[in-house]
Amino acid sequence: MEIIGAPLKRVDARDKVVGTAKYTEDLLHARALRAKVVHSTIANGLVTSFDLSEAWKVPGVIDIVTCFDVPDIQFPTAGHPWSTDKKHQDIADRKLLNTRVRCYGDDIAAVIAETQLAANEAARRIKVTYEEYEPILSVEDAMKPDARSIHDERPDNVVVHSSYEIGSFDEAIKESNLTKVEGTYETPIVSHCHIETANSFAYMEAGKIVVVSSTQIPHIVRRVCSQALGVGFGDIRIIKPYIGGGFGNKQDALTEPLNAYLTTRVGGRPVQLSYTREETFACTRTRHAMKFHIVSYIRKDGSFAARSIEAYSNQGAYASHAHALVANAVNGFRMMYPVGAIKGDAYTVYTNLPTAGAMRAYGIPQIAFALESHVDDIVAKTKLDPLVFRKQNMMKLGYVDPITTITCHSTGLEECIDRGDAYLDYSAKRVAYEKQTGPTRKGVGMAIFCYKTGVYPISLETSACRMLLNQDGSAQLQVGATEIGQGADTVFTMMAAEAAGFTADKIHIISQQDTDVTPYDTGAYASRQTYVSGLAVKKTAEAFKKKILDYAATMVHKEAWDLDIEENQIVHKNQHEPLISVAEVALESCYSLTNSLHIAAEETHHCSDNTYSFGVCFVEIEVDIPMCQVKILDIVNVHDSGKIINRQTAEGQVHGGMSMGLGYGLTEYHLFDPKTGRMLNDNLLDYKLMTAIDTPDLHAEFVETHDPTGPFGNKSLGEPPVIPVAPALRNAMLNATGVAIDSIPLHPEKLFYAFGEAGLIK
Amino acid sequence: MANKLITCTVNGKRREYFIDVRSSLSDMLRGNEGLTSIKHGCDVGECGACTVLIDGLPFNSCIYLAIWAEGKDILTLEGLSDVKGAVSDIQQAFIDEGAVQCGFCTPGFIMSSIPIITQEKPSSREEIRKLVAGNLCRCTGYEKIIDAIQKTQAKRIRERKTSNGE
Amino acid sequence: MYDFNTLYEPTTVEEALKLKKQHPEALILAGGSDILIKLREGKLAGSDLISIYRLDDLRGVSLEKDGTIVIRPLTSFSGITIHPVVKQYIPVLGEAVDQIGGPQIRNIGTIGGNICNGVTSADSATTLKAYDAILELSSEDGVRLLPYNDFNLGPGRVDMGPEEILTAIRIPKESYERTYGHYIKYAKRKAMDIATLGCSVNVRLSEDKKRIERLRIAFGVAAPTPIRAVSAEQEANGQPIGEDLLERIAEKTLADVMPRSSWRASKEFRLHLVKELARRAATAAIEKAGGKIHG
Repeated sequence: MEIIGAPLKRVDARDKVVGTAKYTEDLLHARALRAKVVHSTIANGLVTSFDLSEAWKVPGVIDIVTCFDVPDIQFPTAGHPWSTDKKHQDIADRKLLNTRVRCYGDDIAAVIAETQLAANEAARRIKVTYEEYEPILSVEDAMKPDARSIHDERPDNVVVHSSYEIGSFDEAIKESNLTKVEGTYETPIVSHCHIETANSFAYMEAGKIVVVSSTQIPHIVRRVCSQALGVGFGDIRIIKPYIGGGFGNKQDALTEPLNAYLTTRVGGRPVQLSYTREETFACTRTRHAMKFHIVSYIRKDGSFAARSIEAYSNQGAYASHAHALVANAVNGFRMMYPVGAIKGDAYTVYTNLPTAGAMRAYGIPQIAFALESHVDDIVAKTKLDPLVFRKQNMMKLGYVDPITTITCHSTGLEECIDRGDAYLDYSAKRVAYEKQTGPTRKGVGMAIFCYKTGVYPISLETSACRMLLNQDGSAQLQVGATEIGQGADTVFTMMAAEAAGFTADKIHIISQQDTDVTPYDTGAYASRQTYVSGLAVKKTAEAFKKKILDYAATMVHKEAWDLDIEENQIVHKNQHEPLISVAEVALESCYSLTNSLHIAAEETHHCSDNTYSFGVCFVEIEVDIPMCQVKILDIVNVHDSGKIINRQTAEGQVHGGMSMGLGYGLTEYHLFDPKTGRMLNDNLLDYKLMTAIDTPDLHAEFVETHDPTGPFGNKSLGEPPVIPVAPALRNAMLNATGVAIDSIPLHPEKLFYAFGEAGLIK
Repeated sequence: MANKLITCTVNGKRREYFIDVRSSLSDMLRGNEGLTSIKHGCDVGECGACTVLIDGLPFNSCIYLAIWAEGKDILTLEGLSDVKGAVSDIQQAFIDEGAVQCGFCTPGFIMSSIPIITQEKPSSREEIRKLVAGNLCRCTGYEKIIDAIQKTQAKRIRERKTSNGE
Repeated sequence: MYDFNTLYEPTTVEEALKLKKQHPEALILAGGSDILIKLREGKLAGSDLISIYRLDDLRGVSLEKDGTIVIRPLTSFSGITIHPVVKQYIPVLGEAVDQIGGPQIRNIGTIGGNICNGVTSADSATTLKAYDAILELSSEDGVRLLPYNDFNLGPGRVDMGPEEILTAIRIPKESYERTYGHYIKYAKRKAMDIATLGCSVNVRLSEDKKRIERLRIAFGVAAPTPIRAVSAEQEANGQPIGEDLLERIAEKTLADVMPRSSWRASKEFRLHLVKELARRAATAAIEKAGGKIHG
């Protein structure tokens, strides 16, 4: 392989550094109308009436739509491929605008006006009358027998309850000489904070509703819009330009369905629906807060005899991705240490908080925090070695998961652990730091993870790709898979070039998806694209090459079978000397008077496999106990994601995930007013993203294995880097201070009370 | 609704804009000059995605009134490439170091970098971090952005030394 | 686009004062990092604004013949930090405002705006209080000098008439000579944040560096307004330097502060920080002044 693994610079970097890369708002017509959504100011209740009279007086108002005006259609918003089996379809539990209010900030009306100021002013003047109910904010309150139903279809507020058991837990715990360790661990509600807010604009053209949107999932959004409006899939056209990050928030239909509807209200004139940062925080999606109760029974030899988990996931107001998150978490519980009897019980519960949805690593950051903290609690009680214990019980090569059937086709986890240990000198420092005194103390911590690649077999994995030959021998590459900042365009360019025998500069990837012309792909999520879409690219490039060779064979009078393409030249397979160039073939094939042929290839990859990637985080911290502050002294992630296609983009992904993990572990969480359910920190001042000066130097390393199921030996990488950081921090805190804190983030006030309880602060 | 004629220099060219006095500088530069590199990330001066240089200093153009631009010298990302389109060294460094992912924060970061790379003495990574702390990024963890700035600053210091005959 | 009503643009300070008298409800717009953000949040919609941002006469730092430092209110935070007069005579003020926001905010935010909105968390407020700054408040009818320590009336409320504009902040020589200060901003992140608690201490030591001649200590976010911790000051003045003195200073601060519990931080946590920051800021100021805490 020449191109795979080579240091190709990102194909979209130049346009981004000169400012010509266009994002959704940059494509907006200057005279477009502007919309403003009216959000509820109660968390639970019913809209009974509106007084729009003052709003209509604002000059420039064109239309006002309320929850009483929209189609009476409930639709699902989740970024999942559609299931033709009703039992597996996403839950359709919301309308374009809702009369039944289920969270503070729910969408109840919308104004369309000539200017944004007019739309905002009119929205402020709309008077709403509610029938108000008590907000239900916690899982515990939602599950009380007398709790009010948030959705009629699920009167007990349990969206889904699932369970599994491997072996017999009750039998396994009867074994003698077992040590029991149990704990309850909690993770907070956090936000994605992509720097480009949720935004779109819509207009009508050629009989279709066109929505230009900052989305990760254009084809899925097309389907959701068609369902929400009650029109055909083909009546909607979604265009996705460059987007300023998504991280899973944009793996949901956000502004698009309402935006599509609003343009139909004004005869197809362009209408912009752009969420402010505050709306993006409070009115899109969040990461599920989860609470886990874990019980483990460990043998003297350090192996797990039995483990159980009970998990509660706070869904918020609407289903979105619903139970898939916590199901992934309890599956992850099993997969991280697939030893002994294991049972899991998981509940996803509606509350009146903002809707939770997909966010980077989809339930696994939550379980990794809980389980890796729990493992260090086991280590503390049993005095076993933390690395030996993990190595003994973690997933091994060849493991076949009994429930999902996903096989471990490759693993470098042991080497990841050893590298992290060596980098940080973890084992020696851990012992050295155990008995510190004084106000400033150091600690080391670590955590492991495993992560699937794509969503097979839980749901459909499919991807299509198209390549077209230009008369000069260059090619267009069209994929439904999306560039969301992770480097997909660059990696697909490299894969297409490698598989077709072209140099990378001859492959032109069309970054923008347009559902009218772009082949189908579900989009960017589950770290699936390099693995699933990558195989579609590879198949297409190979088919493309074959078509070129078939034509070339007629020109050089040889068997196509004997030919190959190397660096844009048709060569004899064994002799490697160029016969003619691809460019000559391209020119002739188009303009031949006897045999004109448009050379193109299009393939689908229906993926029916999956594999695990692995990794670790090792971190050293210094804790200033009286000041309740944590300083990161050194941190490294080591990843086994199979073959690294592009090292530079891969490192960038690891750094980004590490910084997101640091925020999850130390500074980020959402607070809500307990009386009203309103999100208190819905802005970038009060929600503490780490700035450049809060972030330490980040180190990323790779253990390169070769996975036989990946198109080039590669496995998931986009999401995993966020997973092990928070538990590594918590475990470092335990090492430094002896204080086990079972919830994140480890923010100063939490440390204050924990240190006080432990007698470290008077 | 009052309008006003504003005269200023934008990317080296003298410009006149007739604007609503309620406009922010980002409204004026995006709307009247088509400079779409200036991004809206928060509209309240919290994220730095709208950073431009005014008389050489970085400002959030979203919370800078357009009328204050009268007589000022404004530089945006579009003004960094030369007339033929060749990118500046800091832009090239962002490409070479892999400091660009989704790209939405990139224009703001590059503009914030300019006063740093022109400093006489080399900055430590910690000092650079403080000088870009007003620019948020969610994709990169800042690591390769700091690399790009540090390397460009070092290159300029080297070049100054060479041209000074050292 | 901002949702304000009428914008007045005076070209001189006199014109500004005249406009303020004619339109007492109009808001003074300096750097805008307070008002423009409030407008974005939907507050203050329809307000009239008097933009003074371009009045360069209200910008700059100078030293009068008698040694009084005169800081003009439109001086940006970055302008304060790099000014040679500040660096030489009252560097702690430059260090304090250097911790505000990020570079962009420090270029637009003004020291006058910082104290005139009367918030308890203003990073320049504590140091200015701790240096007994005097405010020059001007109107069309004349000039009024007011000790800054008397300026804050309550959260967000200051002793400024509807026709008045802040035109100078004055720090007399006696206040800053042979005096060394240290400011600690405790926040949840190291940039782009508002103080959870702020503490500014300055000391003048005896000739032999063994005694406190004068110690002044001010807190932000420990009460509805920025305050001086006078009980702690009384405890320290004239006392020999030592570990136990620092303990007593810290302990005495509790009598002067009244932090509240909010979702941002609990009262208990703030009280703990009050003591911790008092101890650390006093230690740093004393050490800067050449004193030794331990023997």
